[in-house]
Amino acid sequence: MSFKPLMLAAALFALPIAVFAQGGGEAKDNTMAEIEKYREMLAGDNPAELYEAKGEEIWKRKAGPKDASLEKCDLGLGPGVVKGAYAQMPRYFADVNRVQDLESRLVHCMVTLQGFKAEDLTKEPFDTDDRKTDLNALVAYVVGASKGMTINPPLKHPQEKEMAELGKRIFFYRAGPYDFSCATCHAENGRRIRLQDLPNLTTHIGSQRAYGSWPAYRISEGLFRSMQWRINDCFRQQRFPEPQFGSDTVTALLLFLASNAAGGKYDGPGFKR
Amino acid sequence: MKNATMLSLWLAVGFAALPPSAIAADDPALEKKAVEMIKRDFKEKGIAKLDRLNLDAVQAACVKYSDKPPHEGSDGLDTLEKQQMAAIKWPADGKFMGDWKKGEVLAQSGRGMTWRDKPGDPNGGNCYNCHQLKPQELAYGTIGPSLLQYGKIRGNTPETQKYTYGKIYNAKAYNLCSNMPRFGHFGVLTEEQIKDLVALLLDPESPVNKK
Repeated sequence: MSFKPLMLAAALFALPIAVFAQGGGEAKDNTMAEIEKYREMLAGDNPAELYEAKGEEIWKRKAGPKDASLEKCDLGLGPGVVKGAYAQMPRYFADVNRVQDLESRLVHCMVTLQGFKAEDLTKEPFDTDDRKTDLNALVAYVVGASKGMTINPPLKHPQEKEMAELGKRIFFYRAGPYDFSCATCHAENGRRIRLQDLPNLTTHIGSQRAYGSWPAYRISEGLFRSMQWRINDCFRQQRFPEPQFGSDTVTALLLFLASNAAGGKYDGPGFKR
Repeated sequence: MKNATMLSLWLAVGFAALPPSAIAADDPALEKKAVEMIKRDFKEKGIAKLDRLNLDAVQAACVKYSDKPPHEGSDGLDTLEKQQMAAIKWPADGKFMGDWKKGEVLAQSGRGMTWRDKPGDPNGGNCYNCHQLKPQELAYGTIGPSLLQYGKIRGNTPETQKYTYGKIYNAKAYNLCSNMPRFGHFGVLTEEQIKDLVALLLDPESPVNKK
């Protein structure tokens, strides 16, 4: 682990940003080819590993008004158990009496164990070029500890079952100036927008491939992106207003996807265009 | 045990579709709860205000009937398509064809109406996002049908011009739960812009109709 981050960091600097200029078909084909070259250069390594390493440090270090680490944070498999926890989320947590996704749960732990304020953590939760959040690095660490495991949200508690059903309904909710729902783009096989392939998220294989490869490092942005970000950006393109970070709507959609992907392999964090 | 059964079921289904994802009004309480959740969980951002979450009659019917509404009834396909058709504002000068070159520029642009777009920013036609049009453009989407040779196949008749204008203005007047946005109905594109797109599709000089 110690050499890898250095090599990855060096490779990141070598990335020619210009290849991501948007354009016609030929330009996009070239972009794809450049991305493939870049992937080869990294020889299978994923820059998300830098975030994972940072997240592990943040998990273990004492911080916040209560000067505590997150090592007692319960992600569903008991206090401090990180390995495999993400593969079994979203899930019901008795201490808050609701279903939470990973990011809501991490915020909960940072508030209760470390004394941070939820508003401060969720006001601008997504990374920018200039600002990298601890929360995002923690996401990378936790999902990385489920790599290779089977996606298996419990779906036993009545609230879990209901959330998955609500997620399905939200998935098909058509509204806004373009009449778009999630299903407009993600309910048929073999479709694409421009050259971008669209997974059919109503199928097991489509959900497994998409849900199973996010969160991800996105080379077009040079940033690690979480599930909350992924869903947020879908709603932007759906021409909806913005979903609130950690809201039930997003958790419900994530549980719907996780339930469709259940039984498949979790292969994240991913590495995307 | 149950998990093991589920797992083998998933393995067996493989590429096949999941159990029916149709969401017909099987559980009104759950429907209601989902809508309440949506109304509670969003915040306005830029030009994307909360009123975008409200459903008009077409959206409500398509959500309620999983995009397959019955023909009859006040929220049925026949009534709603007729209402959408009646609301189409046809060009006052009776002309449907504009400039295909402007139409091509418009077709290429996927911009508009997101919370990042500023008020007054021009909206794109988003056409290539979902359709193949001119053969030289390879970066086309496949959510909608290919429109390659659209005019050559159909002929540039007044009837086809009117149909094409109406379809871009409001696709829901022809196919109630079509995936296609209602570009004129919701004021996304102007009359002049829609005419330019009609020309892109029908003008014999348009690259869409050239080999």
